[in-house]
Amino acid sequence: MSWTIEGNTGTWEIVVGLEVHAQVSSQAKLFSGAATAYGAEPNTQVSPVDAGMPGMLPVVNAYCVEQAVRTGLGLKAEINKVSVFERKNYFYPDLPQGYQISQYQHPIVGKGELILDMPDGSQRPIGITRLHLEQDAGKSIHDQGHDTTLIDLNRSGVALMEIVSEPDIRDPEEAVLYMRKLRSILRYLGTCDGNMEEGSLRCDANVSVRKPGQPFGTRCEIKNVNSMRFVARAIEYEARRQVDILESGGVIEQETRLFDSVKGETRSMRSKEEAHDYRYFPDPDLLPLELPDDFVEKIRASLPELPDEKRARFMAEYGLSSYDAGVLVAERETSEYYEEAARHGDPKQAANWIITELFGRLNKAGMDITQSPISAANLGKLLGLIKDGTLSGRLAKDVFTIMFDTGDAPDKIVEERGMKQVTDTGAIEAIVDKLIADNPGQVATVQKNPKVAGWFTGQVMKATGGKANPGVVNEIVAKKLGI
Amino acid sequence: MSVDLHRLTLAEAKKGLAAREFRAVELTEASIAQMECHRALNAFITETPEQALAMAKAADERIAKGEAGPLEGIPIAVKDLFCTKGIRTTAASNILGNFVPPYESTVTKKLWEAGAVCLGKTSLDQFGMGSANLNSAFGLVKSPWTRPSDAKPLVPGGSSGGSAVAVAARMCLAATGTDTGGSIRQPAAYTGITGIKPTYGRCSRFGIIAYASSLDQAGAFARNVRDSAILLQAMAGHDPNDSTSADLPVPDFTAGIGKSLKGLKIGIPKEYRVEGLSPEIDRLWQQGADWLRAQGAEVKEVSLPHSRYALATYYIIAPAEVSSNLARYDGMRYGLRVEGRNLTETYEKSRGAGFGDEAKRRIMIGTYVLSAGYYDAYYVKAQKVRRILVNNFRKVFEEVDAVLAPTTPTPAFRIGEEPDDPVAMYLNDVFTVTANLTGLPGMSVPAGLSSDGLPLGLQIMGKPWDEPTVLQIGAALEEAAQFNTLPYGIEARA
Repeated sequence: MSWTIEGNTGTWEIVVGLEVHAQVSSQAKLFSGAATAYGAEPNTQVSPVDAGMPGMLPVVNAYCVEQAVRTGLGLKAEINKVSVFERKNYFYPDLPQGYQISQYQHPIVGKGELILDMPDGSQRPIGITRLHLEQDAGKSIHDQGHDTTLIDLNRSGVALMEIVSEPDIRDPEEAVLYMRKLRSILRYLGTCDGNMEEGSLRCDANVSVRKPGQPFGTRCEIKNVNSMRFVARAIEYEARRQVDILESGGVIEQETRLFDSVKGETRSMRSKEEAHDYRYFPDPDLLPLELPDDFVEKIRASLPELPDEKRARFMAEYGLSSYDAGVLVAERETSEYYEEAARHGDPKQAANWIITELFGRLNKAGMDITQSPISAANLGKLLGLIKDGTLSGRLAKDVFTIMFDTGDAPDKIVEERGMKQVTDTGAIEAIVDKLIADNPGQVATVQKNPKVAGWFTGQVMKATGGKANPGVVNEIVAKKLGI
Repeated sequence: MSVDLHRLTLAEAKKGLAAREFRAVELTEASIAQMECHRALNAFITETPEQALAMAKAADERIAKGEAGPLEGIPIAVKDLFCTKGIRTTAASNILGNFVPPYESTVTKKLWEAGAVCLGKTSLDQFGMGSANLNSAFGLVKSPWTRPSDAKPLVPGGSSGGSAVAVAARMCLAATGTDTGGSIRQPAAYTGITGIKPTYGRCSRFGIIAYASSLDQAGAFARNVRDSAILLQAMAGHDPNDSTSADLPVPDFTAGIGKSLKGLKIGIPKEYRVEGLSPEIDRLWQQGADWLRAQGAEVKEVSLPHSRYALATYYIIAPAEVSSNLARYDGMRYGLRVEGRNLTETYEKSRGAGFGDEAKRRIMIGTYVLSAGYYDAYYVKAQKVRRILVNNFRKVFEEVDAVLAPTTPTPAFRIGEEPDDPVAMYLNDVFTVTANLTGLPGMSVPAGLSSDGLPLGLQIMGKPWDEPTVLQIGAALEEAAQFNTLPYGIEARA
């Protein structure tokens, strides 16, 4: 994929790297036992450690470490057996310790890779530079009036994984694909719920522009790109801003910029001169984190099948297209739903029903797959009824609608409403005989041109209320008319 | 009887309480009376007599029921760097204001569970930064000692000056301290008592207000070696709340006390014969070596070749950690807050008013050595030297079981006669900082008097986790030195 900006001086390409903060799915914080429930009353999920009280000490939460390693393995990355927590020092009222405990020189996870599934079915690898563990800060609330700022420390100390990509992204849409794929992997692994609205997944983008073949330009860091929708918009806006500056003879200042989602633009937050000197140094309250030999292997052995492997398997095992397989594996729940449904019927048909019929219905109802009124088993049963000839395609769609509205099983619906397809040749023959007797003109026409035999089939379907098996009807009509 | 109770050693008091010769309440009353009597020394920031008496009463009840803990009914003082639930904790700084912790430090929790009685919180140099207890926001602390020739007040040493004075002036039977660069051993030497800093990681730091986290370690002051061992025993042990606390069994600290030194090898580090070492302290050091030899130890000269870099290394690493550890005192959540027109000004005013000069000095030094462009030259290099110092000791401990050195290069100086140059003041710590940089256990034992009649201490440094040997050698020195001199203001025991 190649995305460029045509400027007055020629063609520009963009260079983007993403820094994603993913909140670790964990009941407790990274260095304290306090809970992490989202949406709790302000300052109720806070221990003295999280509030930076005198004499309080951090103790690392082994579960969060495990989740970081699991994520690293999911990104096919190097796991560093020894990593070091360091202090990133700066003053802010929502940072109670006056420093954030993070990892700097020695992160827990090193280089890895994430594969983008491009719309044309091809794949494109994006390098992962590193993943490190760090604690979140609290939240400053400025908009409560009275010229005051309120602080909520519920988030203070919550475990985050900062996942940094290489500057491999060349298209704003690739950034969106990256975010989607990363979220998909995190959710498969169960290490982050990927909820951008609740702030569990946050994205900063490093953006620069250059003429193709030239070295990297000066980059700006765009903060606060916190929805899939805004990722591409923020990057595109920033790239155009930089091109405008460069083409009018200016230079790009390295700075941190904030994306304003209302105005759809980025604005300066702080320049390089105002950048903090964070004075990182190893946290003397925490020993270097050493992973026991079998720790990583145990986690590796417990990894689920991840989207890339699952997609390949779906294509090989079920004969799905790359696109269909990609759609079905994006969410673990969907892939599980699919496999359950496919056990009962034709796998390709199952894919079609889910992607076109079920997703359409769910979208309209604002539901996701886990809320589907039609269980995977019931959809499978419906496919089975099509396969064994009980239902025609048309009848099946009617049954599907009823299933979605009532949540009932298809066999129950068919039974109760008498929607069974008629395959009783005797009953169909009687109808065909009567049609031939009543419509000599049509008989002559069809005998002259057998391609229009469908008229008889249609009449039989009409007479049976759609319950006749169309294949059987065609056969009988052909036989009786001698075509 | 009760007139003399405050003069008992901790071990004697334990025995007396067990034999029901007196009650814990009487023992505590005797201590409270002494606290009142010596209030002019300003050893305490916060006295808690009511609480002490209530604890003593409860102790008496447990003694009566035969449920006495190892420190049941023993009145002690606590350095005001240990957070104590419901009792104001200040770190001797204004920045904490009237901070009352809603939690108890692990060490003091263990002490109260062992039955100890809390007399109050003792003064210190702010956050533990100082060697003379001149840096307390609650006023300087005076030593109970004066030179016999005059009555001019002397410094008690620091930073745990209040605890040292409380023990030396018989206001309590023992006291807790913390030692980051000598803050237990140096005031113990200045005030003629014993002080031990165990191996880093032996006592939990949870609930102790941090000065320099990689160096801070809690320890014990008492009037003799055995009492130090008894108090330390109750303080030590693994704590899951402190990641740097060692998950190791705690040996019996009194096990070696009184045992012969036969078979022990003791090193005399030749590099400790530094410029500025007073000749009488040098002589005392020789004397100490002879005493140990006389008791069966093999004494030999050893080399710790990088010792002279220890002080400079300390004064890079400690301030670096200070600059970060003290960042939380920002006027936002607790403690002092001085409103400014905006956030930055509120920070500046609160911290400006809250911290004393020495704390500010170390915050600035620490900020400097960690800053971009200087980090490698200072902080990283200091960490490398620290590693070399550890290796120096590792090598020496292949030859000997412990090292004998002076605790301080000089005896206590008069208040007002301290050096103006802060760096000259830092020289007080020249013999003590090494044990902190290397994490080794160190103890100071009073071993003699200077020519002008002031106590002098000798220091024993041991192998990691080998406090029993340190205490055994300390007890041997104590036995030989027979240091019985009381501060001249304190009357001799009948």
